[in-house]
Amino acid sequence: MTNFTGNEKPISPAAPVMRPARGVGIAGYGAYVPRYRLPGKEISRVWTEGNTPPTVAEKSVPGLDEDVITMAVEAARNALDRAGTDPSGIGAVWVGSESHPYAVKPSSSVVAEAIGASPNLLAADWEFACKAGSEAMQAAVGMVGSGMIRYALAIGMDTAQGRPGDALEYTAGAGGGAFLIGPAEDALAVIEASYSYATDTPDFWRRDHAQYPSHAQRFTGEPAYFKHVTRAARTLLAGTGASPADFRYAVFHQPNPKFPQRAAELLGFTREQIQAGLLAPQIGNTYAGSALIGLTAVLDQAAPGDRILVVSFGSGAGSDAFQLTVTEKLLERRPRAPRTADYISRRKEIDYGVYARYRGKLKM
Amino acid sequence: MDIARHWRLRRQRYALVGEQCGHCREYIFPPRDICPHCGEEAGPVHAMCGRGEVYSFTVVHEPPTGYETQAPYAVALVKLAEGPLVTAQLTDVDAADIKIGMPVEMVTRRLRTDGAEGVIQYGYKFRPHLAVS
Repeated sequence: MTNFTGNEKPISPAAPVMRPARGVGIAGYGAYVPRYRLPGKEISRVWTEGNTPPTVAEKSVPGLDEDVITMAVEAARNALDRAGTDPSGIGAVWVGSESHPYAVKPSSSVVAEAIGASPNLLAADWEFACKAGSEAMQAAVGMVGSGMIRYALAIGMDTAQGRPGDALEYTAGAGGGAFLIGPAEDALAVIEASYSYATDTPDFWRRDHAQYPSHAQRFTGEPAYFKHVTRAARTLLAGTGASPADFRYAVFHQPNPKFPQRAAELLGFTREQIQAGLLAPQIGNTYAGSALIGLTAVLDQAAPGDRILVVSFGSGAGSDAFQLTVTEKLLERRPRAPRTADYISRRKEIDYGVYARYRGKLKM
Repeated sequence: MDIARHWRLRRQRYALVGEQCGHCREYIFPPRDICPHCGEEAGPVHAMCGRGEVYSFTVVHEPPTGYETQAPYAVALVKLAEGPLVTAQLTDVDAADIKIGMPVEMVTRRLRTDGAEGVIQYGYKFRPHLAVS
């Protein structure tokens, strides 16, 4: 990490930043975080006699009756409550996750049914490690921006997996966000431009039928996370002509608290700009939910006119970057659903034994 | 597990979709052919708001088949804001904290699964009101 600047290759002046044919934005947003918390020191106690300093204070853990579908339903309901939109007018429901309950049978069709959006719609599950939800957002911008549909619901949600005793177990949390993408004139935040950057980089993967992901240790840093996040952010900013100082907030994918802080530093963003959306210390890494739930926390406190940068990262590897500007509609819509902080402050601490039961780590 | 039956009932189970009687205006859950209040034809459909309070409850320690992994869990009679009384599990709450009259709200959760390879059934449960700032 020491020599990496993320600026090794110059950005082409004709950078391929994407803008929809007609204005698009976020009509409603919603978050979800389960009730249970496992302190990092519990994991350290069980596996290293307390000798490993935890990466995060605690992580969120789903209850026995929760999964990506139930969590996505609640976040989606919050997004719809904020938007005040008739769910039957939603043209697409897309759920991005690494932990869909079924290998074959979509999460999205259950979510669409539960929120009353069925049956005149596209429904599909997205997979691109931790950027599956932001990829769904990009596609939603395209479908709404082309005028093919008026509203699309893009959700990033995970009950993240980490092998017992592995470094990832300290951070693999549960939660995410849902965004109802709609026309700019009905938006609480307008998506001004976006960009996606993807390469074949094997930093983290989970093979078919494998219960836990594997990772390439330090390889997950420079050639994976930092390269993709910084390239995506720099290319987007080069295309829109914005500089870090033009943004009130920035959200970067947060596999741990350190990576997004370092990415912000590399890109010239301050601690103050990333603070509101930095949730990893409290809930861990919610994988496909990570960048998106960070954005929900930012929208919970942003003011009209504020500009927001969001950059996700998915292993394998790629980043989606979005430049948004908040509108007056946010003030009226924000109180219509629980804030992300309401879910985070609803917490019941559990020990490693209960965690092992809740996460199906005990074979009976 | 009866896939067809659960599939037919999915709207009421996922989202508390009941009815409001077109004759006497009373709310009906679950939906039925004849209004239990006035004896006329029931309907049209009406989605309940999901809010209610605990009318009574018990804690299940000896669960029926299909619910073994969840025990102990609370089952309550919930009086919906619209009037109907529904039976449902309570979730996201410790049994010691449940009180009669406690305000609760509907959430959609996993009800049971048909083994490791069967379908997952989702449906309504109730949890204490989420405290909002």
